[in-house]
Amino acid sequence: MTTSPSQPAVEIRDLHKSFGPLEVLKGIDFEVGHGEVVCVIGPSGSGKSTLLRCVNLLEEPTAGKIWVNGTEMTDPDVEIDAVRRGIGMVFQSFNLFPHLTVLDNLTIAQRRVLRRGRAEAERVARANLDRVGLSDKAGAFPAQLSGGQQQRVAIARSLSMDPQLMLFDEPTSALDPELVGDVLTVMRKLAEDGMTMMVVTHEMAFARDVADRVVFMDGGVVVEQGPPEEVLGAPRHERTRSFLSRVLDPTHVAQLGRPDETAG
Amino acid sequence: MKLRRRQRERLSLWLQYLAFVAVIAVVIFAADWGRLREAFFRVDIIESMFPTIITVALRNTILYTLGAFAFGLVFGTVLALMRLSRVAPYRWVATAYIELFRGLPALLVLFLVGYGIPIAFPEREIPGGVFGSIAIGLGLTAAAYMAETIRAGIQAVPKGQMEAARTLGMSHFTAMRTIVIPQAFRIVIPPLTNELILLTKDSSLAYVLGVTAQTIEVTKFGRDTLNDRVNATPLLVAGLTYLIITLPLSQVVRRLELRYAKAR
Repeated sequence: MTTSPSQPAVEIRDLHKSFGPLEVLKGIDFEVGHGEVVCVIGPSGSGKSTLLRCVNLLEEPTAGKIWVNGTEMTDPDVEIDAVRRGIGMVFQSFNLFPHLTVLDNLTIAQRRVLRRGRAEAERVARANLDRVGLSDKAGAFPAQLSGGQQQRVAIARSLSMDPQLMLFDEPTSALDPELVGDVLTVMRKLAEDGMTMMVVTHEMAFARDVADRVVFMDGGVVVEQGPPEEVLGAPRHERTRSFLSRVLDPTHVAQLGRPDETAG
Repeated sequence: MKLRRRQRERLSLWLQYLAFVAVIAVVIFAADWGRLREAFFRVDIIESMFPTIITVALRNTILYTLGAFAFGLVFGTVLALMRLSRVAPYRWVATAYIELFRGLPALLVLFLVGYGIPIAFPEREIPGGVFGSIAIGLGLTAAAYMAETIRAGIQAVPKGQMEAARTLGMSHFTAMRTIVIPQAFRIVIPPLTNELILLTKDSSLAYVLGVTAQTIEVTKFGRDTLNDRVNATPLLVAGLTYLIITLPLSQVVRRLELRYAKAR
């Protein structure tokens, strides 16, 4: 395992992924620089979640190579548990451990994986709960929290492992609209603190305000990428324009009279 | 004359109450109470059974049950994990064992452990005497049932739990032990309680191993007293003694379920 500062945080080369006969990713080339915030957008079924899940090897790529901080994830002999410690992941469905209190959710991996002592693990956990604005919920069980609070706990849980990269898989899609803001605020703060982030999202406002780069995916390929003002403000590709009009102005989709080419 | 709907319902209800009262009345007046009391409720016999039925018989019944349950639980968990293993031979062995032992009568397995094995290996002895033989003999069968229950419990834990644990850098084994299995056991508490109650009753099969005055359990004690006194009272007392175990057990489990409902 070699890490050199010249290498990007994430490097993906000619990534393919098939589920049986269904090819979901059809050759993705892609990089994320250190400290960069990249938002991946695109219609459902475009492969963006699969791409994210390939980065920490929750999905095994069919072909292609992936490096994270200089470690080749696709090396069959990679010490996967060791590499994953440095990659935080936040899921759409939170996936908090329901049988543990919030504090234990944040300390269990620190203690079992990083071998931190109880006092140190709890100190880190409380600092991160404070960071997401939930220091008063340490003793609660996940079921006693709102969706937005659960997702912020999930973010704090990942941060407690001191990751160098954070992956977000549609972190606000399962939330009631009025709870989305709290989670996005936490993510924005994280971005401002210099965290390297890869965010699959439908929140265009977040992408516009926070992302350094926006990547539009459709049909298993990267259609276009660039600064948010370009991709979201002046998209060059027809597919991007069509997708954005559907997302940003859903009540007028029918008037555009376009064939349903982005569904799937 | 046509009755209205409410009148009809009220009439039907009254008729059912009436029938119920009639049956009770017949039982009360037709039964030969003197004879029944003489056969089933001789106070002097009841008195003679105490305190031995509690201090020795009930104690042994509980010990045998707990021994078999503990053995079955540990072995059953191992079998469940083997059935879910990536290693194919583990799966074959576990499946074969479960299919075999679910199909064998507990009595036959008990004979096998109590007599078959001592005949086959006379130089070896099952540790713990009658207790050991009963715990293993009943536990071997119980393990087969519990393995299937526990496997279903493990599979009922959402996949995201394992994914979240693995993303935090936990090994498959650590994630199983600290995240998945604790949740699985909360799910299978009701069916495992059922198994515990079945084992309580199966512990009465201990008599086939030739129990002594010290190792006697409730049913055998009741039968022995019946032989001594030529009276059915001991069976009634023995039967009620089992309720001392099973009724509080249901209460404890109800409480456990309530407590875990919070952590869900």
